[in-house]
Amino acid sequence: MLQTQTEAGFEIVRREDFSDVTYLLAVRHPLMARAAKPGQFVIVMSHPEGERIPLTIADFDAAEGTVTLVIQAVGKTTREMQQTCTIGTHLHALVGPMGVPTHMGRAKKVVCVGGGLGVAPIFPQARGFKQNGAKVIGILGFRTKNLVFWEDRFRDVCDEVILCTDDGSAGIKGFVSDGIRQAIAAHPDIDEVVAIGPPIMMKACAETTRPFGIRTMVSLNPIMVDGTGMCGGCRVKLGDVVKFACVDGPDFDGHLVDFDDLMLRLRRYAEEEKAAVARWSETCRMRALLAAS
Amino acid sequence: MAKKRTIRSIPQARTPVREQDPQVRRHNFTEVNLGYDEAEALLESQRCLVCPEPACIAGCPVGIDIPGFIARISDGDIRGAYDVLARTNLLPAVCGRVCPQENQCEGVCIVGDVLEPVAIGRLERFVGDRAIAEGWARRPHIEPNPFRVGVVGSGPAGMACAADMAKAGCAVTVYEAFHLPGGVLRYGIPDFRLPNAVVDAEIEALRRLGVRFECNTLVGRLFTIEQMIDELGYQAVFIGTGAGYPAMLGIPGDSLNGVLSANELLTRCNLMRARDFPAVDTPLPLGRHVAVVGAGNTAMDAMRVSLRLGAEKVSCIYRRSRAECPARAEEVHHAEEEGIEFHWLTAPVEVLGDGKGNVRALRCQTMVLGEPDRSGRARPVPVPGSEHDIEVDQVVFAIGTNANPIIGQTSGLGLDRRGYIAVDDTLATSLAGVYAGGDIVTGAATVIEAMGAGRRAAASMKAYLGLSGPAAEGGSAGLFGLPPDQRNFVRLRVG
Repeated sequence: MLQTQTEAGFEIVRREDFSDVTYLLAVRHPLMARAAKPGQFVIVMSHPEGERIPLTIADFDAAEGTVTLVIQAVGKTTREMQQTCTIGTHLHALVGPMGVPTHMGRAKKVVCVGGGLGVAPIFPQARGFKQNGAKVIGILGFRTKNLVFWEDRFRDVCDEVILCTDDGSAGIKGFVSDGIRQAIAAHPDIDEVVAIGPPIMMKACAETTRPFGIRTMVSLNPIMVDGTGMCGGCRVKLGDVVKFACVDGPDFDGHLVDFDDLMLRLRRYAEEEKAAVARWSETCRMRALLAAS
Repeated sequence: MAKKRTIRSIPQARTPVREQDPQVRRHNFTEVNLGYDEAEALLESQRCLVCPEPACIAGCPVGIDIPGFIARISDGDIRGAYDVLARTNLLPAVCGRVCPQENQCEGVCIVGDVLEPVAIGRLERFVGDRAIAEGWARRPHIEPNPFRVGVVGSGPAGMACAADMAKAGCAVTVYEAFHLPGGVLRYGIPDFRLPNAVVDAEIEALRRLGVRFECNTLVGRLFTIEQMIDELGYQAVFIGTGAGYPAMLGIPGDSLNGVLSANELLTRCNLMRARDFPAVDTPLPLGRHVAVVGAGNTAMDAMRVSLRLGAEKVSCIYRRSRAECPARAEEVHHAEEEGIEFHWLTAPVEVLGDGKGNVRALRCQTMVLGEPDRSGRARPVPVPGSEHDIEVDQVVFAIGTNANPIIGQTSGLGLDRRGYIAVDDTLATSLAGVYAGGDIVTGAATVIEAMGAGRRAAASMKAYLGLSGPAAEGGSAGLFGLPPDQRNFVRLRVG
């Protein structure tokens, strides 16, 4: 069996920084690189005292034996990882691939929508649909031009790419929902829309497609601990039915998901998170002061 | 033993065990029960009548020679007592602490007909702790064989199975999805009932037997059960993944912030050490007034953890009465001592929010016990117009679990109607060479029952591999008449 885990953990073999807040880590895990499928996620612990955080797999390369994660430094853990996760360092724990892979089905024309950080995990889905023989339209949304990443990779696997920025500094000016409307106007035969991004964006996507009755799948990323169906922290509402995102998802029918419930539950540890970031920033500042003196 | 003990000659009172003061311990995670010292164990051991036909052995899910080990304690031979225990029970320090002895060995103890039964659990723990302290290991002579055995899940079922297979000479690898091994012993049972150091010691004992632990491995998704046999080269596999998937009541308001499963609370607190937040990164929902729904062992753990995390008031909401409460007697007793408020015959109907997404109160109704239901327990029936609100800011559900779907989603294994893995009398699944046991077969049960299942499966696996029965005894009848190293296992689908 391929030995992936050393005493130190899982080795980071590549890193790219897309912007001040967004970074890519490629981690050596040959077995996972072979097992992973579009739509799946991992749980990462950066150090023994760290928390377990779910991250959607942005890419996997069986030949290279790596899985790729794209991370946005928003909370204490992801900011800390931005500083500590350099090439040659190790993640303390990495488990996956988790979740039910995206169902590729027989869709002939598919729109893959990624918003912000969601652009990364939608990539393997776009590539998967393409390999499955579908015509793929990629819609990528960013706040502004200098946050754009992977446009070239999408152009490689998509038949058409619509780039949207909030301020119009690149592509069309508008949200991904504007991009979806544009795609629907040009292609009346779209079978499916797949969207990954912040909950508010996925909600907007689902509302945009609802009048057209186009099947719309969204990938949910609620708070999790184990990722194996054991804690129930990630439960989401689909109408009256409760599902666990970790083992029943993470892909769900966007027209059924109760996004308001999801967004409320995502704020569960907002206070603790804010305090942790503040404390951590203060520690960093003190260290910098000490180093300077 | 000089002369035969009789019910009149033995010490009449059960030797009390020293415990942390309830008012002190409700603020710390240190163990409640401090255990017997040698003098106390010796005294208690003299209460055993050493019956010729001991009911206690039959009452133990793994059939420990209970009079045998207790007699050794009486002789002052603690090492000998450990050797007797270790013949059948891999984890005496664990089982002495967490078994529901009152329903098992102690429940059928003859002494208990007249006096209080012999404190078998406390004696077992005394011996187990001594073994850990002294570093005793019963290292049997192991004759290696060429078989590789994979175990999925490092909880009590997997640990017991791994130990038996390693002792039989197989190369055993245990896979665990979490970053630390131990399963429910690690994430579920809190330190004040089962210290992590005890779990560490038991894992270390397994490592010394040659068992390998691979953490961070989600079997089913990283590789499948079929791949373990076809590609990873395991001749036999045991699945002991536990029940998982906590049940929620499905009442209005159960997705409000502040409503969580006992599994989540306990995992955050025990495995992720969130009680030390912010020194560790995992946060924990802290309630001022916590309601825990359910009255099993997990519910008791959740309540007592909440208290230790600083809750001012913790209430137990249970729809039946104290007599039906499924938790270990000692846990209920300890919970009462620590000041848990019990609301018997009370069932929640709705979680009320504060308008900002947080819990404000739990609306309950009063129940009366009616006719027995299919489980034989009295069915609770609501009293009309008895609805009342209990002010709480956190609600923890500890009402049991459903089958974890991962193995079912990713393998061709036959499942039962409820989604648990279907097995025959030998714990064999529908795939040849693949066995299963513990909560993933039976639904939520106890640590010792899971260990018993792990051992039963190991016995079947040994027979399957030709390591026991006529083949192992040198008979020519063996598996296909071939010596072990010449057998070429090809997986067959049965049924």
